Amino acid sequence: MSRTINVALIGNPNTGKTSVFNQLTGLKQKVGNYPGITVEKKVGLCKLSEGKKARILDLPGTYSLNTTSLDESVVVELLLNKNSSDYPDVAVVISDVENLKRNLLLFTQIKDLKIPTILVINMSDRMSRKGISLDIERLNQKLQTKIALVSTRKNKGIERIKTLIANYKDLPVAPNIDISSIDRPYFEALTKAFPEEDTYKLWLVITQDVNFMPIEKQRIADAGSFSTKSAEQLKKLQHKETVIRYQFINAVLKETYKVDLNSAVGLRATLDKILTHRILGYLIFFFILLIIFQAIFEWSSYPSDWIDAQFAATAEWIKATLPPGVLTDLLAEGIITGIGGIAIFVPQIAFLFFFISLLEESGYMSRVVFLMDKLMRPFGLSGKSVVPLISGTACAIPAVMATRTIESWKERLITILVVPFTTCSARLPVYLILIALVIPEGSFLGLGYQALTLMLLYILGFAMAIASATVLNKILNIKSRSFFMIEMPAYRLPLFKNVFYTVLEKTKSFVFGAGKIILAIAVVLWFLGSNGISEKFKNADSIVTQRIEKEGLNNYSKNYINNRMAAVDLPKDSLVIVKQELTKKAVQQEIASYKLEHSFIGYAGKAIEPIVKPLGYDWKIGIAVLTSFAAREVFVSTLATIYSVGSDEEETIKNRMAAELDDSGKKPLFNLASGISLMLFYAFAMQCMSTLAIVKRETNSWKWPMVQLGFMSVFAYLVALVAFQTLN
Amino acid sequence: MATVAQLKQGQKGIIKHFVEYRIPIKLLEMGCLPGNSVELLHIAPLSDPLYLNVNGSHIAIRKHIAEKIEIELVAPESL
Repeated sequence: MSRTINVALIGNPNTGKTSVFNQLTGLKQKVGNYPGITVEKKVGLCKLSEGKKARILDLPGTYSLNTTSLDESVVVELLLNKNSSDYPDVAVVISDVENLKRNLLLFTQIKDLKIPTILVINMSDRMSRKGISLDIERLNQKLQTKIALVSTRKNKGIERIKTLIANYKDLPVAPNIDISSIDRPYFEALTKAFPEEDTYKLWLVITQDVNFMPIEKQRIADAGSFSTKSAEQLKKLQHKETVIRYQFINAVLKETYKVDLNSAVGLRATLDKILTHRILGYLIFFFILLIIFQAIFEWSSYPSDWIDAQFAATAEWIKATLPPGVLTDLLAEGIITGIGGIAIFVPQIAFLFFFISLLEESGYMSRVVFLMDKLMRPFGLSGKSVVPLISGTACAIPAVMATRTIESWKERLITILVVPFTTCSARLPVYLILIALVIPEGSFLGLGYQALTLMLLYILGFAMAIASATVLNKILNIKSRSFFMIEMPAYRLPLFKNVFYTVLEKTKSFVFGAGKIILAIAVVLWFLGSNGISEKFKNADSIVTQRIEKEGLNNYSKNYINNRMAAVDLPKDSLVIVKQELTKKAVQQEIASYKLEHSFIGYAGKAIEPIVKPLGYDWKIGIAVLTSFAAREVFVSTLATIYSVGSDEEETIKNRMAAELDDSGKKPLFNLASGISLMLFYAFAMQCMSTLAIVKRETNSWKWPMVQLGFMSVFAYLVALVAFQTLN
Repeated sequence: MATVAQLKQGQKGIIKHFVEYRIPIKLLEMGCLPGNSVELLHIAPLSDPLYLNVNGSHIAIRKHIAEKIEIELVAPESL
């Protein structure tokens, strides 16, 4: 059997590279990260003819091998590192027939690395509409390659790519351009100093700032047998290189590529006129945002509720089926409830990425950037910050990663720092349960108070992001030249397959990423809450029973029994039995809560109570707030674990919270003042370990995540304090 | 000499020269090179950024970069 062929897919953004990857590999793809960095690494397997197999690596989109971002460095690093296990046997360069000239720039650079290279000309279905004709035979010759004319939309040409990959050994490896022609004496000296190295590779090592290069760079500088060039001179040479490459490409295309403008029809001009219109453009964008929010909050509630019910039923089923004991409790109350808490977010995340990928695929997102750029600049942001800020409503993690397209470091850093203020989906369950508890049900101008509160919280998140951006813009003293540039791709009907894969992949990574943390916390909490070392914990049963005999049930239990009694409608004699059962349950609850108070977690909670007391929280909420610093969404599940609900199927977490009384024993613990204080705290505090980790990786220092953690949390505390003290 | 920033919507020019050498290489790679044509397709509301067709590539850049690209205007009747 033959060895698997390593294939690298390379191409400019917007050429349909991902479509080609999806068509070649189908569902046999794996998404990971390059070691140590957060650049996505997509690998897939593809079966070729004659039992051959190819391992296909989808490299990040890049316009050339002149790197300006981490994503692009990955491409250059891989192509220069022959020892890497990912080093390609064959490179497949994807181009778009309408932008062939520009796409060929990257192609000529890959060719000059002497890697066997296949040229895929994609979107061939648009040729007749655009009046384009190609002389493939001559193009093959001139570019020293083999071409596959492909239409991923019409599913054409994929077999041809597979055949070319299988026979990659027949591909010519001659370079397109003699790099030394840009400065003969310089390159002659370079070749003399390193006779065994390839000249173009050396040139890339010198000009590109990529990871493993410093050592090699030093080696070149140390050799000293040729005159080194200043950064300015190197830049001039790079300019010259680009000019020479375009001269070559123009000469090639002159003979092989014809455009008959008379037969070209296009939507671009018409659609651009409407979508970038000074009034209509913004109205349409606003309308699209409305639809997205409607989908996330209204439509997704149906599948969310269904998922919620399924998990509740599963937990019940486990408790009923498995023998009672520690492990059953852990499974039903810790693990299943924990996983359920993540799974309810799946519809929302899926909807959000569905829309974002539709907007990206259609080419509309670039128009939004174009519309918004000038508006965002006074705040130190860029038009490209809009996408991260919108993505932030799902999750800050992909949002922080989406800032990579922002060229200016200052604009990018500010975007990263303010994104966690936008209301992410992890805050949603916290808001929803608190709103249901403390905001009355009435309505104002046809809008429910509860819905209005939720909307205000979203607006508050955006407002806070913009306000802190303005401040950061003033105080951050970073000099960076912003070379804002964005490609305005042609409008295209999104391919269902691409949208589907994006949604699948993003949802999966959310579930597994957040899932691990929530599960771990659920298990740790469950352990800390059900164990203790004090005498009081060990003798909880007898202590509580004795106290009840002496003083009677506490206020909470009395309320609980009275409420339940009022709810049942039965003849008098059976009421007595109901009351007996309820009393028994109430005693058990009192024992459980006494135990909890004297467990490990109880002592920890008591220790922090003085800090959270001024905000209107008791020690139980304090524990929930504290664990939320790992991830906000654990707030509800922590309270569920602490109140150990789930033992009684009618007793939902919401009812349990509503029944909880404050110290005086008269007022509900979750009232307007403490509820608002909690919501504001969650709106502003930096409670997400994963976001901090991503920010650390993207900014390459602990400074910025620590600034976020410190500033946001102190600010959240102060706002919550003022809110509670004013309202109470 | 006129610059790209001075183009009116629908107007075309031929790129002649860059005011300073620190024009981002990305821009050159998109085909923004001396001798190539440039057409202003749209101006964003608030008059920045500019949406251009440079040598067949459709890109948007900010005004302060556009001011660095000198052009020779092409009269509409000569097209």
